[in-house]
Amino acid sequence: MKLLKLVPETTNIKFLKWRVPFYIVSILLIAASWALVLTKGLNYGVDFAGGQEVRVTFVEREEAPIVELRDQLGDLGYGEPTIQRFGDPNSVSIRVRLPEGAEDQPGAATAIGEEVVRTIQSEFENVRQDANETVSGKVAGEFRQTALYALLFAMLAIAAYIWIRFEWQFGVGALFALFHDVSLTLGMFALFQLEFSLQIIAAILAIIGYSLNDTIVVYDRIRENLKKFRKMPLPELLDLSVNETLARTVMTSLTLFIALLPLLFFGPASLFGLVAAIVLGVFVGTYSSVYMAAPILIWLGVTSDSFVPEETIADRQEKKARGEI
Amino acid sequence: MLDFPLWKRISLWAVTLVLAVLAVPSILSMTGADRPQWIEDAPHINLGLDLAGGSHILLEADPAQVAEQRLETMEESVIQLMGDADPEIQFSELNTLGGQVSFMLEDAADIDRAREELLPIINGTGLVAEWQLEVIDGRRIVLTQTEQGIDNAVDDAMESATEVVRRRIDALGTREPTIIRQGDNRIVVQVPGLEDPEALKALLGETANLEFKLVSPRRQNEMTEEAARADPLPGTEIVPYAEDTVYAGSVLVVNRLGGISGESLTGAQQGFSPDTNEPVVNIQFDPQGGATFARLSTENVGRRFAIILDDEVISAPNFNEPILGGSAQISGSFTVESANNLAIQLRSGALPVDLTVIEERTVGPDLGRDSIIKGGIAMGIGSLLVILLMIASYGRFGLYSTAALVLNVLMILGIMAFMNTTLTLPGIAGFVLTVGAAVDANVLINERIREERRRGRRVIAAVETGYKEASRAIYDANITNFIAGVLLFLFGSGPVRGFAVVLIIGLFTSVFTAVTLTRMWVAGWLKAKRPSDLTI
Repeated sequence: MKLLKLVPETTNIKFLKWRVPFYIVSILLIAASWALVLTKGLNYGVDFAGGQEVRVTFVEREEAPIVELRDQLGDLGYGEPTIQRFGDPNSVSIRVRLPEGAEDQPGAATAIGEEVVRTIQSEFENVRQDANETVSGKVAGEFRQTALYALLFAMLAIAAYIWIRFEWQFGVGALFALFHDVSLTLGMFALFQLEFSLQIIAAILAIIGYSLNDTIVVYDRIRENLKKFRKMPLPELLDLSVNETLARTVMTSLTLFIALLPLLFFGPASLFGLVAAIVLGVFVGTYSSVYMAAPILIWLGVTSDSFVPEETIADRQEKKARGEI
Repeated sequence: MLDFPLWKRISLWAVTLVLAVLAVPSILSMTGADRPQWIEDAPHINLGLDLAGGSHILLEADPAQVAEQRLETMEESVIQLMGDADPEIQFSELNTLGGQVSFMLEDAADIDRAREELLPIINGTGLVAEWQLEVIDGRRIVLTQTEQGIDNAVDDAMESATEVVRRRIDALGTREPTIIRQGDNRIVVQVPGLEDPEALKALLGETANLEFKLVSPRRQNEMTEEAARADPLPGTEIVPYAEDTVYAGSVLVVNRLGGISGESLTGAQQGFSPDTNEPVVNIQFDPQGGATFARLSTENVGRRFAIILDDEVISAPNFNEPILGGSAQISGSFTVESANNLAIQLRSGALPVDLTVIEERTVGPDLGRDSIIKGGIAMGIGSLLVILLMIASYGRFGLYSTAALVLNVLMILGIMAFMNTTLTLPGIAGFVLTVGAAVDANVLINERIREERRRGRRVIAAVETGYKEASRAIYDANITNFIAGVLLFLFGSGPVRGFAVVLIIGLFTSVFTAVTLTRMWVAGWLKAKRPSDLTI
């Protein structure tokens, strides 16, 4: 039986040759992402912004009358409503901001949601209410805070573990790669103004997890090769390590990708944002493991001495102390 | 490395199969609409509201309100305790200002006796003082709430509020509600399948604090609030009629003390009055409450008593005769429904604090079911493609990997069912990631075996080295993800936690299935066939 081999048995691609231009591009992308997040802002969903969100389906229509809805609901006096298609063309999600003080009044927010649905139903027949979510400003603020803390602490703890298991340069490298992935994902959400909700935080966590897997696999091979080829120049050694793990990288990315594609196209609308973010993350995460996490080791000064067994260093110090060297 | 003695093989299979079998009820419960009884009884995974449809409500209490109530209780306790002292301790200028209760003793010589009377309340039950007592000018006693005292009171109030909410929701008869206290002053309520949260909120919004108080003998009739205020009587309070009663707009003057509180109630049912055939609420008291009620009604035949719900009079009948049986009837302008609602509220007791809805989510059941079906199909297609790719790439080893993957999914579901966790949309993201990591582990091992063969190692050595070398990266990757998962669980909120739980469980099962199980199978095959070459 002949087995499928996606990557030739031995490859010798000079990945690291392009490290400087790639680094420049990536740093520019990170900067652009943050600029976008800071200027354009993220399109916070009701989880993070607070307010009232209803999802409705126009049962007998092919397509939801978004323009008419915008006019009709704008007249309610809660400012410009955010109306987005949600899943099928005849389904929309509608978000209105709560007036000042409404979040402190019990029931006020929910009443506004009901008013929105009533208004729509007065104009259009056969509107099905699919979901109704109210999040007070206070809770939304807490969600933003805990999500941020969770992300930061997780990233720092990961870096610390890698520092302990490998060397500090690897910890910094992994942290930088994760920062790269998270930044670019956020930038993408700011650019396309995709709804940013708690679910997307879960997606970003999945991206971090995946990218980390990738980075560790490459790092593990680098560590192994550093012990094996003590004399090899570092750029060459990194290239070798990336090439050796290339078959695995391609295979893993591909399997995850083909597992996610059906979910993206045939899965439920509520999962779209989540899955889209993970698909994006698979690319970004793979790229960052090779082009961000590996080359930074050169600049941080990893040498083949980094993984000399510890007792040798201790021995040497002892010798030094005894004046033998 | 490739040595698996019989006991090890048996125990590995046992663990795998037990966990996999545990998943069965959950899988069946997700596909079928009607769940047979045995599935309900067996441990199974509950679907989160975002998947199954239903209502989620987050309620919050205001600690300031609890502190305020505590002051009022303290004020009443002071009246009671000073009166109970023998001889009675005379005092004046009792007030509750600025979070303090203060009063002036008529006779400075009573100070030690007053202090002694107050001691039990000040110390409370805990080790820390619940109140701080100060004496000013030898005669004025000032009681200040301590931080700890307020915290304890909020804690107690939330405990019982959670219990009250639970009882009220149980009375609605909905399926599998989840009621959990969250943080210091919040309660999460999740009711699957409930599409209209309004009934729920209406039920929760009511405090249903029932009291029976004697109408002041000197002011037996309804009057306007102005009239009542113009000529205040000591020891009484003014209570308005509820809006939906005949006397709406007028008030009654009732005795502040000596009544019965709703806490003595043991039962309440909706019924019909034998005389008028109108809906009424029948109530029963506990022995102590029944005795008080009997005494009250015996001593006050011919006088009126007010039935007060949430500080509003709902009716004020006469004691026509002593009521000795420990049960009574509340009549008012009830409909069958409102009488029934009141009965539920009375049965579950009073909410000790007002609860405000600060987050509410409702997902229609159609949307939820649709999500599951679509998600299931999509995952099915995805898994099939992955399986095909794995087998096409690694042959026999791909087959082992696939079997490990399937068992991995079953084991995750099994453990989740055993722990009675809830699967939510972000949980599915966790699932995707773990399955991805499990595939990656297999790919790492298989690629490494390929590599070792290419370098000329013999079959057994190649497999052994492959597993050994690949395992290092697999463990490192999984431990880092585990650390991340634990932190996410600790610092994350709701959905992020759902993700973390699946991730943590999945990390264990995927290492177990991808590394240990496949190695056992490969070892078995190598031993039996002793192949001289590998197709990988």
